[in-house]
Amino acid sequence: MSTISVPAGTAPATTRPATTKKKATGTAGKRRLPLLPALIFVVAVTQIPFLLTIYYSFQSWNLVRPGSFHFVGFQNYADVFTDSTFLGALLNTVVLTVVCVFLSLLLGLGLAILLDRKFVGRGFVRTLLITPFLILPAAGALLWKTTMFDPTYGLLHFVFGTDVDWLSQFPLAAVMAQIIWQWTPFMMLLTLAGLQSQPKDVLEAASVDGAGRWRTFVSITLPHLSRFLQLATLLGAIYIVNSFDAIFLMTQGGPGTASTNLPFYIYQRAFEGFDIGQSSAMGVVVVIITMIVATFALRLMFRAFSVDGGTK
Amino acid sequence: MTTAVSGRKRRFGAGSLTVATWILAILFVFPLLWMILTAFKQESDAYTDPPKLFFSPTFDQISGVLKGGFLPYLANSAFVTVVSTLLVLLLGIPAAYALSLAPVKKTKNALSFFLSTKMLPIVAAIIPLYVISQNTNLLDTVWALIILYTSMNLPLAIWMMRSFFLEVPGEMIEAAHIDGANLPTLLRKIIMPVVAPGVAATALICVIFSWTEFFYAVNLTAARAGTVPVFLVGFITSEGLYWAQLSAAALLASLPVMIVGWFAQNHLVRGLSMGAVK
Repeated sequence: MSTISVPAGTAPATTRPATTKKKATGTAGKRRLPLLPALIFVVAVTQIPFLLTIYYSFQSWNLVRPGSFHFVGFQNYADVFTDSTFLGALLNTVVLTVVCVFLSLLLGLGLAILLDRKFVGRGFVRTLLITPFLILPAAGALLWKTTMFDPTYGLLHFVFGTDVDWLSQFPLAAVMAQIIWQWTPFMMLLTLAGLQSQPKDVLEAASVDGAGRWRTFVSITLPHLSRFLQLATLLGAIYIVNSFDAIFLMTQGGPGTASTNLPFYIYQRAFEGFDIGQSSAMGVVVVIITMIVATFALRLMFRAFSVDGGTK
Repeated sequence: MTTAVSGRKRRFGAGSLTVATWILAILFVFPLLWMILTAFKQESDAYTDPPKLFFSPTFDQISGVLKGGFLPYLANSAFVTVVSTLLVLLLGIPAAYALSLAPVKKTKNALSFFLSTKMLPIVAAIIPLYVISQNTNLLDTVWALIILYTSMNLPLAIWMMRSFFLEVPGEMIEAAHIDGANLPTLLRKIIMPVVAPGVAATALICVIFSWTEFFYAVNLTAARAGTVPVFLVGFITSEGLYWAQLSAAALLASLPVMIVGWFAQNHLVRGLSMGAVK
């Protein structure tokens, strides 16, 4: 990541060139030691349940049908791909994640640019803007459902003067509005961190050379921001793809299945339909899809990081 | 002459930009300001058309929530958040050290493994987690949440802290090595002062994510070990939607993290940017 850190890691070895091979493997084992507790903990807590999910996904197991536990092979998987609700939920998840990440990133970038100047009350304005990220998403969801979206007493009704019942007429958009509101501050924080870490001498040099604001932004600021923006996109996507609070509390996936996303649908099949086999199979399918997408995302990120580290 | 005009023009432009920023910020947080106002209303003032901006404020809702069994949930949230954050630091700091200053082989593999666990959708594991916590008598206890929140935050924490560890100047470590400093001295005198703001920012992020976590809490706890988000859910299902009381509960539930976040925001911004500023 940083060029300076490379000699930092290898420094002890280079100062003692006489180190024998035996000793080197000894230190390698010792070096691995601090990593092990975290590694073991994460493997145990995340991988064991997932292996069990795979096991359950091959069973027919419905909690309300006693004695239903038996091996069914790929039957659950076949059902998943012919389930139109699942496919709808998949589509909703993709739309929700892409739109929310993109819009909150754009809004966050805009607000961060506005905040990256000296003006009266900057600290206070930043405090205000951070706050939606600090309140409970559950509280935020209930708040938007009631005081914002209520067709009779809601603020949107007051402002726009319409009797639109946002949650039943535009359920997915309403949920997305709340999620974007919740995540914009996080995107803003990361972008602001990037903006404030810009080397001032480069910016000064640009203005001395007569570069306009727009030119400076496009050729200096944006490239500098790119790894902050990528990190924000990745983290935002990880959390938003798992969105559950807003849907559970605002629409219950409805009306019908209009705002059902994958987390909510799997939850419904498991805890309301008690269909463990079926929901486990869905979980596995979701993991496989996520892994395919994530492999590309991770590769992209590592490339960005190493390019950045090389130029710094 | 021309410079004076352009200076005034620029000042005017900056002034209107400042006003625009203020207006945007207030619009953006308006739902929150409205929640705070509503928390001090009587129920009859909460549902009106048009909405009431002026009313005689009351603490009835706040005290109603506090008397309505909120405190045990608050205590659960505080305990779970503090213990899981400490565990994250305890496990994460050595790991971040191993992946940065004394890099192990296959550092990238370890890093992408940690991050990949964040990409596993949590719903895919919730059923086994339910079954396991039931069989180990951890269901509806704070310990189930502590274990899960630690594993939830650990990957991100390791990633964040690693980038802070990488900022420790290599020459300083080398010099200390030549001077014969041992690892504890090295950690205390050279590494910790540099990474401390980063560790603080990481801890803050863990606190925020633990306090606000909803999915595990709703599915794995109930009355006994319920955290603050669980209280909010129980609140609306048992008493219907009383807006003023709901707003009071939402405000109280969010207040601890809001206060911590407000006071530590400089830390947070600086912590997030440290990786690049150095």
